[in-house]
Amino acid sequence: MPIVSVGRDKLFEALGKTYTDDEFQALCFDYGIELDDVTSEQEMHKKELGSKGASKENIKGLSDEILYKIDIPANRYDMLCLEGIARALNIFNRRIPRVDYRLANMAGKQTQRLVVKPETALVRPFVVAAILRGVKFDAQRYNSFIDLQDKLHQNLCRQRSLVAIGTHDLGTVQGPFTYEALSPPDIVFRPLKQTREFNAAELLQHYQANDLKLRKFVPIIQQSVVYPVILDANRTVLSLPPIINGAHSAITLDTRDVFIECTATDLTKAKTVLNTMCTMFSEYCSTPFEVEPVEVIDAFGQSHVFPDLASRAMEVEVAYINRCVGVDLGATAIAELLSRMALTAKAVRNGQAVSVEVPPTRSDVLHACDVMEDVAIAYGYNNIEWTVPSTTAIGAELPLSALLELLRAECAMAGFTEILTWALCSRAENFTQLLRPDDGASAASIGNPATSEFEVCRTSLLQGALKTLGANKDAPLPVKLFEASDVILLDAAAETGARNERRLVAVACAKEGSFEVIHGLLNRVMDVLGVPLLGELGTGRSALQEQAGVGYEWQPSEDPTFFPDRQASVSACGKTVGHFGVVHPEVLAAFDIPYPVSALELNMEPFVFDQFYKPLHTHMQKPTAPSSR
Amino acid sequence: MKDLQAKLGPNAKVGFSQAKMQNWIRIDKSGGEQLIVREVETVEDRTQSLLKRISEGQEVDKADAEALKKRKLVKPESWKTYALKKGPKFALEKKKPATELTHEMLQKGTWRDANFKAYNFNALGQPTNGGHLHPLLKVRTQIRKAFTSMGFEEMPTNNYVESSFWNFDALFQPQQHPARDSHDTFFLTNPAATPLSKQPQDYVRRVRDIHENGGFGSIGYGSHWKESEAEKNLLRTHTTAVSSRMLYKLAQEGFRPAKYFSIDRVFRNEAIDRTHLAEFHQIEGVVCDRGLTLGDLIGTLHLFFSRLGLPKLRFKPAYNPYTEPSMEIFSYSEQLGKWVEVGNSGMFRPEMLRPMGLPEDVNVIAWGLGLERPTMILYGIDNIRDLFGHKVSLSVVKKNPICRLNL
Repeated sequence: MPIVSVGRDKLFEALGKTYTDDEFQALCFDYGIELDDVTSEQEMHKKELGSKGASKENIKGLSDEILYKIDIPANRYDMLCLEGIARALNIFNRRIPRVDYRLANMAGKQTQRLVVKPETALVRPFVVAAILRGVKFDAQRYNSFIDLQDKLHQNLCRQRSLVAIGTHDLGTVQGPFTYEALSPPDIVFRPLKQTREFNAAELLQHYQANDLKLRKFVPIIQQSVVYPVILDANRTVLSLPPIINGAHSAITLDTRDVFIECTATDLTKAKTVLNTMCTMFSEYCSTPFEVEPVEVIDAFGQSHVFPDLASRAMEVEVAYINRCVGVDLGATAIAELLSRMALTAKAVRNGQAVSVEVPPTRSDVLHACDVMEDVAIAYGYNNIEWTVPSTTAIGAELPLSALLELLRAECAMAGFTEILTWALCSRAENFTQLLRPDDGASAASIGNPATSEFEVCRTSLLQGALKTLGANKDAPLPVKLFEASDVILLDAAAETGARNERRLVAVACAKEGSFEVIHGLLNRVMDVLGVPLLGELGTGRSALQEQAGVGYEWQPSEDPTFFPDRQASVSACGKTVGHFGVVHPEVLAAFDIPYPVSALELNMEPFVFDQFYKPLHTHMQKPTAPSSR
Repeated sequence: MKDLQAKLGPNAKVGFSQAKMQNWIRIDKSGGEQLIVREVETVEDRTQSLLKRISEGQEVDKADAEALKKRKLVKPESWKTYALKKGPKFALEKKKPATELTHEMLQKGTWRDANFKAYNFNALGQPTNGGHLHPLLKVRTQIRKAFTSMGFEEMPTNNYVESSFWNFDALFQPQQHPARDSHDTFFLTNPAATPLSKQPQDYVRRVRDIHENGGFGSIGYGSHWKESEAEKNLLRTHTTAVSSRMLYKLAQEGFRPAKYFSIDRVFRNEAIDRTHLAEFHQIEGVVCDRGLTLGDLIGTLHLFFSRLGLPKLRFKPAYNPYTEPSMEIFSYSEQLGKWVEVGNSGMFRPEMLRPMGLPEDVNVIAWGLGLERPTMILYGIDNIRDLFGHKVSLSVVKKNPICRLNL
């Protein structure tokens, strides 16, 4: 969620009231924002450098103004600046009525035009624009204006990939404007904060090499044959979206008329961004909350007027609100509550419904449920009487989980201590360290791991148990561990191409190999599972076991992870279900374990059956046809 | 003298000088030959009587004893004497005191007469031999019991690899949402995608429609919905991906009221620190029924969290793309003396439920929280890496109390 930093005293001035931190936090809590931190530029600097690093000298230039860092819900773009926070809270506190945003009446006046050239479709097809007239900036308003653009760029605009905002001093340029896409060397201008002219190709290379902040936006257009550019009637470059504005039309504290353009790959979001900029800063226009429209002529010659500040009308059933929130409110009471959330509402259809006007600031309202939520917030979540649903359902564990809960207890009773290791590991841990071949296509692989610790999903639990032994070399011997968890196996038959398999792993580490210890655990596990031993050592099967065909046995095996002639594979119910043996010394060395280890790993899924050996489901089943219930 | 010597032999000299000193005799040399002359008629031989007394074991004067010692007539000897009597533990056979009650003692009944050594109470007993259960999973077990005893049915969450379609799109999470960034989510290169052709075609069409154009009373997101984005495979970021599959299944099989729960792993592509891991356990509860209210959600949360020892709750409005209303759950911590966030909750949006085919009056309330954080608070662990993963110290696993949640 975005965090917005605002001056505390400026905010209180706008709210017409001074709060203690706790009082303000309480207000935030009720509205659904959060006072995340109380700080100042000096404090932040000290925190960053530590108490020793921050000398008096280097904090001298920094402000000691108290800042509130406020956490804003990710869908409330209208609260990403002080103006928006204060407006929403003032309306919530019933200090001011709702705000009506409107377009200036252009009768008898020339509407500014922005003409879109078809080539822009190749790189960034959409543009919207608007004008704020007679704006009075001061240092604080100006900073807030810049900060809001930053916040929008970071959030709704997805780092400028979806939308980029350019703001200009209209007094320095001449309409009509054009939105074009030109060959990079043909775009020549002096960008903001530069002392000389660049062509666009050279400029992007410059930012790529030298500018930490702008570097990350370069890839959005760099590969395109043409770059987007906004020009005025005299071919002055206003901006090279989504990278940088021209220095010529830069906003200053003296700017009175502001031209705002938003270029985009997503038109809906461009409109929301433009509306947010206009509704927030039209407060400072000579006629507050009035925005001058701009006519955009699209590539097909169609005319569109922006911004669209019209409220959207919705009708919401009173019964719907009451039955979702769990209250019993009349239409008038609902309308009153909604007015605190900046939604204008009135009772209609004899109080059966409320007619709601959603202002352009509330782009988060998509459905009646959003209106319903605002009623609940204004009513107060903590004022809602709580009830217990009468829903009747039968509690149940999944057979796989229930079985493993029992089996874990048995393993612990058998003297093994439970561990819990990560499902993600490095490729080396999963393959080469276990002396298993890595063909690069035997494990689910992560494309974007933050660290090499998490390259693949484990295909065996053994590496986690060995890592635990390696990390616990100081534990008194013998060490006996187990884990019952999932591995992830590639499986073309599975819907996603991979499936989980529930396994049991156990390791015994002592000064001498503990092969019999691990072998004994295998026998014990099978005993408690009710799976009889087959072959000469077995004591025979019951009629039920005979009929179900259950039983297990082991055969010497040749798994590279284990020591030759000290290992066996386990088969049960006609398939191989696991291995046990003395771990190969090279594997031990790879996991930094100085003592011999014996290990057992078993697939538990074949053993998920009831007391009559009837198999039970282990994974989600596809929907079946509606039952006749 | 010669005669005397001849008569008495070697004893002739004994007592001679003493007799002279006592003037009992005299030596007369006048005749040229030594003559011994009697001087007194009778003698009282004190030495003899002293020696007699000594030989009879009677006491003599210390000075006399010294004199006799000098004359080497006596020599001192010392010896100890012991008086042996039957003590309280008198027995006719020799016995050692016992340390333990033994099988033999029980067999022979000798424990009755056995002598037991004092026990050293200034030491711990012997460590037990059995194994131990992991603390996080002990908490998981108790929370599982809380759910099942409240009538919740477990969801099959054993599918860590999930397609974006079920993890995001089915939940009406917009395709441009930051959670779908590679910074937050592990995307897979193998298996890289789940073709939408594997999903129910009419449902995919309704999901696309609700995103692009809206429907069921919603205006939708008005953005192009890319199939390739929905096909991307990932490691599920929440178990709600499974909830969405379960609710779709419920709608297909004919709606009935349902209560679901799960506690299983989810994955986030986050930097690891004291409170964050790339994988952790999510607890999720879902109730699906006709006419459920926000009051029902609040009531259900009170019941659930009371079982976890957190009876004091309050709720903060929040934003979540697939729930509306959304509520953050705060609980008052007596330990910390403040309200702390313990989970998230909400009612699933109609844009999620209606395309699945659930009836309009069906509401679904749900909540989620992590398993690790409450466990860390419960067991006083302040670094998540000391709780989950291979670096956990085995002594931490061995030395922790039972989980008393849900008692």
